[in-house]
Amino acid sequence: MKFFFFHLMPYAHLDLDYDKTYPGAYLTLPNSYYDPKKGAPLYHRYLDELELADRLGFDGVCVNEHHQTAYGMMPAPNLLAGALTRSVRNATICVLGRALPIADNPMSIAEEFAMLDNLSEGRFIAGFVRGLGTEYHASMANPSFSHERFHEAHNLIVRAWTETGPFAFDGKHYRYQYVNLWPRPYQTPHPPIWIPSQGSRETYEWAAHPDRKYTYLITFNPAEAVKRNLDAYARQCETYGYECSPGQLGWALPIYVAETDEIANREAADHIEVFFNKFINSPAEYKLPPGYSSMASYKYVMETKFKVREQFLTHETLTGNGMFVCGSPETVTEILARRFDEMGYGNLVCMLQFGTLPRDLTEKSMTLFANEVMPKLRHLGEERAPPLAAASAAAG
Amino acid sequence: MVEHTRETIQVNGCAIEVLRGGSGPGLLFLHGAGGASDWAPYMDRLAGRFEIAVPSHPGFGRSDTPEWLDGMSDLAYFYLDAFEALGLDDVHVVGNSLGGWLACEIAVRSTARMRSLTLVGAAGIPVDGVPVGDIFLWTPEDRVRNVYHDQTVAEARLARNPSEEEADIALKNYFTTSRLAWSPRFCNPDLAKWLHRIRIPTMILWGAEDKVFPPAYGEAFAASIPGSQLRIVPECGHLPHQEKTEAFLDAVAAIAEEAAP
Repeated sequence: MKFFFFHLMPYAHLDLDYDKTYPGAYLTLPNSYYDPKKGAPLYHRYLDELELADRLGFDGVCVNEHHQTAYGMMPAPNLLAGALTRSVRNATICVLGRALPIADNPMSIAEEFAMLDNLSEGRFIAGFVRGLGTEYHASMANPSFSHERFHEAHNLIVRAWTETGPFAFDGKHYRYQYVNLWPRPYQTPHPPIWIPSQGSRETYEWAAHPDRKYTYLITFNPAEAVKRNLDAYARQCETYGYECSPGQLGWALPIYVAETDEIANREAADHIEVFFNKFINSPAEYKLPPGYSSMASYKYVMETKFKVREQFLTHETLTGNGMFVCGSPETVTEILARRFDEMGYGNLVCMLQFGTLPRDLTEKSMTLFANEVMPKLRHLGEERAPPLAAASAAAG
Repeated sequence: MVEHTRETIQVNGCAIEVLRGGSGPGLLFLHGAGGASDWAPYMDRLAGRFEIAVPSHPGFGRSDTPEWLDGMSDLAYFYLDAFEALGLDDVHVVGNSLGGWLACEIAVRSTARMRSLTLVGAAGIPVDGVPVGDIFLWTPEDRVRNVYHDQTVAEARLARNPSEEEADIALKNYFTTSRLAWSPRFCNPDLAKWLHRIRIPTMILWGAEDKVFPPAYGEAFAASIPGSQLRIVPECGHLPHQEKTEAFLDAVAAIAEEAAP
């Protein structure tokens, strides 16, 4: 099992009464709600937390991309990943991910990721996403071409990373006379690619393909849905004729650890409720612009998931359905081990800061998690190694 | 109700549905984002005076959604072919909203088969400093309320419980509209450069209270299309043909008369 510390970098000073006036934390929430005098120190606090994760022994530290929102203050995650290459000594730096279709010049993503791979001397994971629906409102990229642009941009970036340039790239949305990437990536053939997803057939069929075997990371879903999606990916691998390794499966979720269950629940409840009800919150039209998904899945999501999100999600609901894991080190270890048995994930992407969770509680939870939970789960997934390797390890 | 038919015709392998009815000079009605898949009162009134054809554009209503449909230019060239397949020659063309944009895209390419043009709350050109209403951010209820000035009309519309087929068609129309008009939002920045090519009698009809494309857009069309007339309909939203049918009929009749041979 590998452990990744993920930061969304929310604007934690958000006036939480904003929703008396505005329908969500995205896009139309006036930026007068952002105070740079408070936001600047917050960036540094969050970078400190990512650096602490490295010192605590997390395998990776993760940032991601969101635009025009208090939900995450990282419209340009590569800037922060670049800063981290100077201070993070052991952990892999992960950008989970960049939204490919909203870029008009995806060569810049190939270039920046290659720079990060060089700066980190190969401790870099590249995440590719389509981006939330709101990013299409924010960028004016047409959601109807989101899938086409995602695949074209992906093909361009991987070819730019792996083929000797210059060559021409002929796509429908992207056409280049010269593709000749300087610098080339540090890793060979290229940095590992992860696909963070809310779960869709098209995505896992594509990600699991033997030519790719990209790590499939399910984010912010009830445990049952995470399992269903990871199972679907693993079955897809079988369909392709190979066995899915735990390293191909990832689960991203908020986690909080404290001395006891009682303390953990008391300390985390308000902050996790703020995260799911104030920071993620936006109307359906913001999240799902027409064309972003198929009409069938649009209808399905409108009828199911978004109906659930319209209700206030309590701490009890979130821990009950597995969207949030909270408790003492023993409780958290037990839940994550049980989920491992059910899901077989080999990468746990832990969001140990969420919503308004303050610095002291974040650092306490991170430290307890690293010192008392990680060591007990680390071995999981290893037994799935090929029988020969396992036998020789036992003999050794 | 005027007798009318619903037929499916093939144009270069793309099947589109066409409503037809009435008698008199030929008139082609190009619908907007909301589509026109069922016979409506304004069609009935038009059909009292014209022989009308109301096709559902590719991607709308019960028409095919072809692979090649990426933008308004595709739709414009499709219609240049469709005129022939529909047997339309020397017709009055009326376009509302997205359909008005389409009518302009066709007309700047060729007005050979058009006798007159009526733009009704048309999309298609940018007007700096005058934001368009964001139909993609509005809730389904807002989308109804904001296109009508008279809220009793909006409420009557909202009170209707659509069938599953109607709901599916509405979603299909919404998706295709996004494909065609998301960005640049409801316009082709190059179109205004070529509107001077429209040299047929042109009527520009606008609801004074249009919240999707405010009347400044009508004024901009009037300034760009030589010899065009602008009529602003008081107490009317984005769909004058539905909300102020009399004023709409008067305008179409007036320009048709002016264009009479």
